[in-house]
Amino acid sequence: MARAVTTQRKIFFTVASWAVALLIFFPILYTIITSLKSETEAIQGFGLIPSFTFENYVLVQTQNGYFKPFMNSVVISVGSTLIALLIAVPAAWAMAFSPTKRTKDILMWMLSTKMMPAVGVLVPMYLIFRDTALLDTRLGMTIVLTMINLPIVVWMLYTYFREIPGEILEAARMDGASLWNEIVHVLTPMAVPGIASTMLLNIILAWNEAFWSIRLSAANAAPLTAFIASFSSPQGLFWAKLSAASTLAIAPILVMGWFSQRQLVRGLTFGAVK
Amino acid sequence: MGMIELKGVHKSFGGTNVIPKVDLAIQNGEFVVFVGPSGCGKSTLLRLIAGLEDTTSGHITIDGRDVTGEPPAKRGLAMVFQSYALYPHMSVYKNIAFPLKMAGIDPAEIDRKVKAAAATLNLTNYLERRPGQLSGGQRQRVAIGRAIVRQPKAFLFDEPLSNLDASLRGTMRLEISELHHQLKTTMIYVTHDQVEAMTMADKIVVLNAGNIEQVGSPMDLYRNPRNLFVAGFIGSPRMNLISGKAAEERGATTIGIRPEHVSISKTEGKWSGTVGVAEHLGSDTFLHVHTDGVGTITVRTSGEVGLDHGANVWLTPQPDKLHRFDKEGLAIA
Repeated sequence: MARAVTTQRKIFFTVASWAVALLIFFPILYTIITSLKSETEAIQGFGLIPSFTFENYVLVQTQNGYFKPFMNSVVISVGSTLIALLIAVPAAWAMAFSPTKRTKDILMWMLSTKMMPAVGVLVPMYLIFRDTALLDTRLGMTIVLTMINLPIVVWMLYTYFREIPGEILEAARMDGASLWNEIVHVLTPMAVPGIASTMLLNIILAWNEAFWSIRLSAANAAPLTAFIASFSSPQGLFWAKLSAASTLAIAPILVMGWFSQRQLVRGLTFGAVK
Repeated sequence: MGMIELKGVHKSFGGTNVIPKVDLAIQNGEFVVFVGPSGCGKSTLLRLIAGLEDTTSGHITIDGRDVTGEPPAKRGLAMVFQSYALYPHMSVYKNIAFPLKMAGIDPAEIDRKVKAAAATLNLTNYLERRPGQLSGGQRQRVAIGRAIVRQPKAFLFDEPLSNLDASLRGTMRLEISELHHQLKTTMIYVTHDQVEAMTMADKIVVLNAGNIEQVGSPMDLYRNPRNLFVAGFIGSPRMNLISGKAAEERGATTIGIRPEHVSISKTEGKWSGTVGVAEHLGSDTFLHVHTDGVGTITVRTSGEVGLDHGANVWLTPQPDKLHRFDKEGLAIA
C-alpha cells in the first residue's frame, strides 16, 4: 500500500528541504551580500542587509581589470574542453567498440592519474612549463587543463558509448559507411546527450580549477580563479571587493549550469539505473 | 548476381572452435536458411559472410571474387538484424536513404528509390516518423526497406522475426517469402525455428556445434534425414526416436517414426499403450501415448478423434516411413 502523504508531512519536508538548500547556498548568498557592502561594512561583522553599493563591481573592473581574466577563463575552459573531446571521442570509441584485453587496464590507469595529489608533480610540471616557455600563457593553461580532465572525459564518454547497441554500428558498416561516416552520422548523433553533458561538466571543472591556474599563471594568462586569489594581496584583505570578484567569477558558470541543469543531471546519473 | 561460396571456413574465438571447417555453396537467387539450436554457430557463420567477423582461415567468395579480407561495406550485401538496428535519431525516410547516401547517390535518385521501397513495404505514411514511434512489425519493415533500396547481391537475415509476437511472425514470414519471389535475390536467413526454415527455404542448412549436419530442400530433410540430429530437429512435433528391442528387430540401434506416420486403433496394432496428454488443436490432435515397450510415442491424428486421457490404444508405425539409424547415429539406407 502506498504511504499516505499528509499535509503535515508535506509541509515538514518542504520546509526541511528549503532549509537544507539555503544552508548549502548560504556561502554564495553571503558572498553576493558582502559584495554589495562597503569595505567598512564588510569588516564590521556579520550582517545580512548591505548598503547596496555597486562601487566594488566598478572597482573590480577599473582597478583590477576583470575582463582579461574572464576572457582567459573562457578561452582556457572552453578550449581545453574542446581539445579533450577531440582526443577522447575516438579514444572512448575504440575502447567501447573494439576493446582488447588491455582496455580495462588502460581505463584504470587513466583514472589512477586522478588519484595522485597534484602537488606531487608541481615541481617537475613547473620546470617543464618554464623550459618550454609555457608559463603564464593561455596555451600552457589550456594544455594543463586538457590533461587534467582528459581521464574523466574519456571515462564519461566510454560509459555513454557502451550504452549504444553495437548492432546499430554494424548496420552502418553493412550500409556501406566508412569508419569516419559511422562516427559522424551514427555514433555522434546518438551520443549527443552524453557528449553535451560531458562537455558541460568539463567546462565547469576547468572553470573552477584553481591549483594549477594559480601556480602556472600570473598577470598574462591568469583565469578568474587566480584573479580571486589575488585579492588576498600584500595590501591586505578587501572582503567586499573579493566578494564582488568572486560573484563575477561564479556568475557565468552559475547561469550556464542553471540553463543546462537537465542535461547535467541526466549526464551524471546516466547508466546508474538500468 | 549473388553466388556465395564458403571454402574451408574456420572460426575460433580465443581457444574455442566455433566453426570447425565449413564448405558450402549458395546459388544465385536461392533462399537458404541456416537452422540449428542456439549456440550452434549459425549467426557466426552469417556474420562471417557479412564480414562483421574475420575468418580464422578459409575463403569466402561472392560471384567468384574472394572477399575474405574485405570489410562489410565492400561486399555488396545487406543485412537485417534481430534487433532491427535502426538509427534511432533518423526518420524512417533517412533510415532507408542511409545506404544510398553512403554510396554517394544523387539526392533525386535517392528520393525515388526510398519512395519506391516505402510503397512496396506499406511504409509511405510513416516516412517522417522516428523508429521509436513505430510498432515492432513496422520497424522490421523499415529494416527490410533499408536493405532492399541498395539492391544488394544478397540479403542476410539474422533471426529477424524472433522479437515479434506469433501472429505478426506469421505475416512477416509470408511477406519475406513474397519479397523473395519479387526480387529473386539470394537470401540467407538464420533462425532457430524449424517452422520458419521449412516454410521459407529453398535449401536448409542444418547446423550443430558449428558443423553442417545436412544440406537439402525442406522435403528432402524431412523425408531423408542423414542422422539422428537432423531427424530430431526437423519436423514438428518431433520425430519419435526408439531404441532397444524394437530397433534391434529392424537391424538398427535407433529407429525413428514421425507422429503423422503412426496409425492408432482401439482394437489392434503393434504397440499397446494408454493416452497421456491429448492436445486438441482443432485441425489436428497430438496424442502422447505411454506404451509398454517403446516409451512415450507422439501420434498426430485428425481433430475429430474421440480419444482422451486414459484411453487404451494400439499403435502401428507405417513400415515404409520408418527411419533406421546405426550406433553412430547415421541413417541406414
